[in-house]
Amino acid sequence: MLTSLWQGKTLPVLVVCAIIAVFWYLGSIWLNADMQRMLFENNGQASYTTAELIEGTLSQEKPKLPTPGQILAELNKTVLETAPTSKRSLVYHGSVTISATLLGFLIGSMLGMGLAVLVVHIKSLDRSLMPWVVASQTIPIIALAPMIVVIMNQFDVTGLIPKAVIAAYLSFFPVTVGMVKGLRSPDPLQLDLMRTYSASQWQTFLKLRMPASVPFLFASLKVGVAASLVGTVVAELTKSEDGGFGARLLGGSYYGQTIQIWAALFAAAACAWVLVSLVGVVDRVVTKAMGARP
Amino acid sequence: MKFHRPLVLLAGALAIFAAVSPLDFGIDGLAIGDHLWSRMVFSLLGIATLRDSQDTPQPANAAWNVPFATLLAAVEIVELAHSDGLRGWGFFCAVGAVWLCAWRTVDLIVARTPALGHRARFLRILAPLVFGATLLVLWETLTLSFGVPKVILPAPSAILLRLVTSIPTLAADFVQTVQGIAAGYVIGCGAGVLVAILIDRVPFLQRGLLPLGNLVSALPIVGIAPIMVMWFGFDWQSKAAVVVIMTFFPMLVNTVAGLSAAGHMELDLMKTYGASYRQTLLHLRLPAALPFIFNGLKINSTLALIGAIVAEFFGTPIVGMGFRINTEVGRMNIDMVWATIVVAGLAGSLFYALLAAMEKRATFWHASYRERA
Amino acid sequence: MSHPVIEASHLSLTFETNDGPVHALSDVSLDIQKGEFVSLIGPSGCGKTTLLRVIADLEQPSEGVISINGMSPHEARLKRAYGYVFQAPALYPWRTIGKNIALPLEIMGYSKSEQTERVRKGLDLVNLTGFEKKFPWQLSGGMQQRASIARALSFDPDLLLMDEPFGALDEIVRDKLNEQLLRLWEMTQKTVVFVTHSIPEAVFLSTKIVVMSPRPGKIHDIITCDFPRDRTLDIRETPEFIDVANRVRQGLREGHSYVD
Repeated sequence: MLTSLWQGKTLPVLVVCAIIAVFWYLGSIWLNADMQRMLFENNGQASYTTAELIEGTLSQEKPKLPTPGQILAELNKTVLETAPTSKRSLVYHGSVTISATLLGFLIGSMLGMGLAVLVVHIKSLDRSLMPWVVASQTIPIIALAPMIVVIMNQFDVTGLIPKAVIAAYLSFFPVTVGMVKGLRSPDPLQLDLMRTYSASQWQTFLKLRMPASVPFLFASLKVGVAASLVGTVVAELTKSEDGGFGARLLGGSYYGQTIQIWAALFAAAACAWVLVSLVGVVDRVVTKAMGARP
Repeated sequence: MKFHRPLVLLAGALAIFAAVSPLDFGIDGLAIGDHLWSRMVFSLLGIATLRDSQDTPQPANAAWNVPFATLLAAVEIVELAHSDGLRGWGFFCAVGAVWLCAWRTVDLIVARTPALGHRARFLRILAPLVFGATLLVLWETLTLSFGVPKVILPAPSAILLRLVTSIPTLAADFVQTVQGIAAGYVIGCGAGVLVAILIDRVPFLQRGLLPLGNLVSALPIVGIAPIMVMWFGFDWQSKAAVVVIMTFFPMLVNTVAGLSAAGHMELDLMKTYGASYRQTLLHLRLPAALPFIFNGLKINSTLALIGAIVAEFFGTPIVGMGFRINTEVGRMNIDMVWATIVVAGLAGSLFYALLAAMEKRATFWHASYRERA
Repeated sequence: MSHPVIEASHLSLTFETNDGPVHALSDVSLDIQKGEFVSLIGPSGCGKTTLLRVIADLEQPSEGVISINGMSPHEARLKRAYGYVFQAPALYPWRTIGKNIALPLEIMGYSKSEQTERVRKGLDLVNLTGFEKKFPWQLSGGMQQRASIARALSFDPDLLLMDEPFGALDEIVRDKLNEQLLRLWEMTQKTVVFVTHSIPEAVFLSTKIVVMSPRPGKIHDIITCDFPRDRTLDIRETPEFIDVANRVRQGLREGHSYVD
C-alpha cells in the first residue's frame, strides 16, 4: 500500500505542500524580523532572546508576511465567526464576487458557443472575424475593465451588471476559440462519412461536430470561468463600494492590513478552485454519459 | 450564402435612396443640389450593387466594382459625419448601404481566395482588415452623427488625435510598464524552465508540483499585487515580482509536458547509443520540448502584460500604463484611456507576433507547420 | 568453432499486466555466430521483438543468462556494440538527414572530420548521396528507413539488430530494400539479427531462420538455409526456396501461430 501511495498523486502533493508550509514559516520569521526588532525597541525592550524574536515574528498584527496559521485564523474569523450578511464577512464578499462571475461566465460562454457555431458554418465570418478573436488573446483586454465600470455607472448601471459584463467578455474569447477548435476536430474521414449519408449541415453538426467538441469545450470553459473570476476581481478594484474580493484586497492594501489581504486572496483562490473543479465534475459526468473511457 | 441577393438589393436601394435624399437635418423635400460629389458616389455604389445582385455571370474584374465603390462611399460618409448637422434620412441610408456592401466585399474576397500562393496570403489578411476597417468607419460615423459624448465613447479620430498629441506621456508610461514586464517575464519563464529540468529526475516532486502548478494557473494571482507593492515598493520591481509569479507556473507545466514529449522509439535509440542523461536531454528531449516551451512563452506574454498593468492599479509612481488607465478613468478622459489601451494592445500583439516568428524558426520541423488549413 | 557473438541460455521474461502475467519469453536458448544473418519469425506475441530488446539491453530478462561478445547486454550497450533499426525510421525531424546520421557519432565523441567522412560513406552505402541537407519529411518512407539504416551503421558496429524495419512499407519498396540490405550485408560482413513476420522476407535474407511461437514465447524450430550469397529476388520462384518457406510455414502452424 505504501508503494501505491508513493506512486500516486496525493502523497507527493501533500509532501510538497508540507515543504511549502515549512518554507513559508521560515519566510515569515525572516521577513518579519526587522519589524519585530523595531517593535521591541519601541516597547523599550532592550534585550530579547531568539525564541522571543521568533515568537514575535509569528504573531505580529500587520506582518510583512503572515504565517499560514494567522491567515487561517483570519479566514476562520471572517468566514465562520462573522454573520454572512455583515460587510466584514468574507462570505458576503465572496457571494458578491461569485454572483457576478457566474452571471458573466454564463453569458460569455453562451455567446462564445453561439459565435463558434456560426464561425464554423459561415466562411466569411470565419475569415473576417475569427482572426480578431484569436488576436484578442494577445491583448490585455482586462485593461478595459475600469473604463467599462465607469461608463456603465454614467448610465446608472451599477453593482452586479458592469462586473458581469467584464466577466462575460473575458470568458467569451477563450470559449469561442476552444469551441471552434472542437467543432473542427472531427477526422476528415468522419466528415466524409456524413457526406455519403447526404446529411445536412445541421445533422452533421448535431451528430458529429457537437459531440466531438465536448472535450475542447470543457477545457476552455475551465479557462473561461477562471478568467471571469479574475475579471470580476479587477472590476471590483475600480468600484469597491459594492464589496467583493477585489474591494477587500484594495481596502486591505490601503490600511496596511496584510492579514486581511492574504485571507481575501486565499478565499478568492479557493473559490476559483471550487469553480474550476465544478466545471471538471460536470465534464466527467457528461463525458461518462457519452461513453468515454473511465 | 443564399440570402445574399436580397440583402445586396437592399444595399443598392439604400444607396440610390441616399443619393437622392436629404442628407442634412431639417431640410424638406429633395435637395439634390448640395453635396454633389457624395451623391455621385452613392449613385455609383447603388449601380455597382444592383449589377452585382444579378445572377448573370460577370467578368472576373467586375467583382472589384462593389469593393471599390464601397471604399469611396465609406470615405464619403466619414467626411460627411465630420461636418456639422448631417443627420438626414439619406445619410443613414448611406451608412446602412456601406455596412451591407462592406459585408458583401468580405464575402467576395472570401469566395475568391485560392488555397495556396501569394494571392491567398494577401487575401487572407485582407478579409479581417476589411472587417476591422468597417467597424472603425461605422464607429466613427455613428458616434459623431449621434453626438455620443466623448466621456462615453470617443470616435476613433479623437482617440488617434489624443494618441498622437500625447506621445511623450504614453512613451514614458510604456517604458515604465515594460521594465516590469521584461524583467518579470525573463525571470519567471527562465525559472519555470530551470525548475522543470531540475525536477525532471525526481518523479516524486513532479507528481507533487504539477497538480499544484495547474491549480495555481487558474487562480486570480493578480491579487498578489498589493502584497508585492508592500514588499518591493511602488516602482517597477513590484510589478516584475507579480509577473514572475504569474508566468512561473504556466511555464513549469508546459516545460514538464514538453520534456515528456519525446517518443519511446527515439528514447530507446538514445539508449542503444549508450548516451548519458545529459546527452539525451540536450540532443533529444529539449528540441522535442521546444513546441511546448514556445506555447508557454506565448501564453505568458499576455499574462505578463495583464499582470503588470493590473498591478499598477494597486500603486505606482505617477507613470505607467496601468496608472494612466486608472487615473484617466477617474478624470473621465476616456479618449486617453483608449489611447493607452491601443498602445498596450499594439505592444501585446507585436510581441506575440515576434514570438510566433521565433517559434517558426525554431520549430519549423513540427507537424503543425506542414498541415493544410 | 569461433566463439558465438550472442549466447542466450534459458531466457525468460514475464510481464505483469492487469489481466495477469504474460510470458513473453519462456526458456529461450539461442546461439548466433559471427557473420550470420538470423531472422526471428513468428506472429505477434511470440516474443521475437522482446528477444531482440533483451539482446539490446532495452529489456531485462527475469531469468536466464545472455552474453554479447562475451559481455553482459548492459556492458555491450555502453560499449556501443550494436546498431538498432526500429520499425519506424525514428529520425529526429529537426535534423537534416546528414545530421541525423551523425547523431550517434556526435554522442560517441567522433571528431568533426570523422563525422563528415562517415556520413558521406553511410549515404553512399544506402544510395542516398545528395540528400544530406534534406529534412526527414521531404523523403519517402523507404528513403527514411534507408537513412535510419545508414545511421545504425555509421559508427561501424559489428552487430546489427533490426526490428521489422520494412513492415510499414509497401511491397514493391520492400522488395527493393530487401535486395539492398542483402548486398549491404554481403559487403560489410556484419552479424544481423532481423525480426520479421514475413516468410518470404525471412527466407530470402537469412542464413538461419528461428521460428517462434506465442503464449508462452519460445523457439519452435531453427532452420538453416544456404542459398548462394549473390542471390536476387528471382530465387523466390525456385523449388529450394519454396521448400524452406514451407518448412517455416509448417513450423508456424505447429506452434499454433494460425490459431486464435
